[in-house]
Amino acid sequence: MERIPILKMGKLLLVTIQVDMHDRLAMVLQDDLTNRIVSDRARGVLIDISALDIVDSFIGRMISNTAAMARVLDAATVVVGMQPAVAITLVELGLALTGVRTALNVEKGMALLSENLGEGHG
Amino acid sequence: MGYLAQTISRFESELLNDWIEGLRAKTIRRDSNADNELDRQCGQWLKALKIAAENGQTQDIETRQWDDVRHLLTEISDKRARQGFSPMETANFVFSLKQPLFERLRIVLAHDPVVLAENTWSTSTLLDRLGLFTIEIYQKTREQIIIRQQQELMELSTPVVQLWRDVLALPLIGTLDSARTQVVMENLLQKIIETGASIAIIDITGVPTVDTLVAQHLLKTVAAARLMGADCIISGIRPQIAQTIVHLGVNLEDIVTKATLADAFLVALKRTGSTISYSQDR
Repeated sequence: MERIPILKMGKLLLVTIQVDMHDRLAMVLQDDLTNRIVSDRARGVLIDISALDIVDSFIGRMISNTAAMARVLDAATVVVGMQPAVAITLVELGLALTGVRTALNVEKGMALLSENLGEGHG
Repeated sequence: MGYLAQTISRFESELLNDWIEGLRAKTIRRDSNADNELDRQCGQWLKALKIAAENGQTQDIETRQWDDVRHLLTEISDKRARQGFSPMETANFVFSLKQPLFERLRIVLAHDPVVLAENTWSTSTLLDRLGLFTIEIYQKTREQIIIRQQQELMELSTPVVQLWRDVLALPLIGTLDSARTQVVMENLLQKIIETGASIAIIDITGVPTVDTLVAQHLLKTVAAARLMGADCIISGIRPQIAQTIVHLGVNLEDIVTKATLADAFLVALKRTGSTISYSQDR
């Protein structure tokens, strides 16, 4: 079955969504990600959605839920690379994803996460 | 050949003179350019009318034989709408032909009052239709002008400027409705991608009133920018607007707000790690 790969980078997990998200894929990703956070003892999750052109309310909620789940497992989540059209759609759908941290691209997201982790240790 | 076409061809030059004279009497602004143009327009149109009326069918002006007449009228009406003529002046172009034309019809049909009455009626309805057609075109042209101006205004009034490295400013001027919010949002998000900015200052000094709808639109813009990883600061809130916002119960608490653009800029500089200072000799 099709799966979205989850890459481990030190204490971070990197998820790059490169295919069209459909509902089942989203559920599988949520499942995989929570498992990996626990098994890899990850402290941060970076979700790159720059290749995602279309979102619906389900995917929007799933992103928001995934971030909330990661937070419960003590891993900070950053969503990066959202397309303008996607951002407008989500806002119009009433899903402002409050509580999810965002960054313009992977680089900035990484900086944000490492800053966060640094604080956590110090 | 109908009596109308006969009358026109018999008295063409007289008719044209009387008509133009009548038109000139009603125009207030006059110059030689406009006069020449009027002569040309009237001459062309009368010729077209004569040709169109030749087979006697004057009931339906939508048929092909009336194509030329309609085409010329469209051109004239369109031009007049753009030049700022009033609707009355535009419609008079057709209606002032009535008097001279009826006088000539009376001469041609003097021997037969019944036919004269019939022809006067049919000619009158024909000219009425053409007059209404003129008004319709005039209206359409005006609408086009208004739509174009609206679009221009929309483009003009939503610039996104880069103030500093990583800092964008969005000075909003005029009322925010949904259509404008959409344009503003798109412009802002596009610019965030282009410049990689992390802070956007939305300045609402130029927004005359902020009601719940406008506030909601502002919040939407802020939320969309945040999804792209940029924080927003709202600045330029006037005292009255601050009062209105609180009275309406609009919640702006999650957003950083500042009274002036300068204050917002300082906050933005601090967040991006830049400092600004006066030079020594001051």
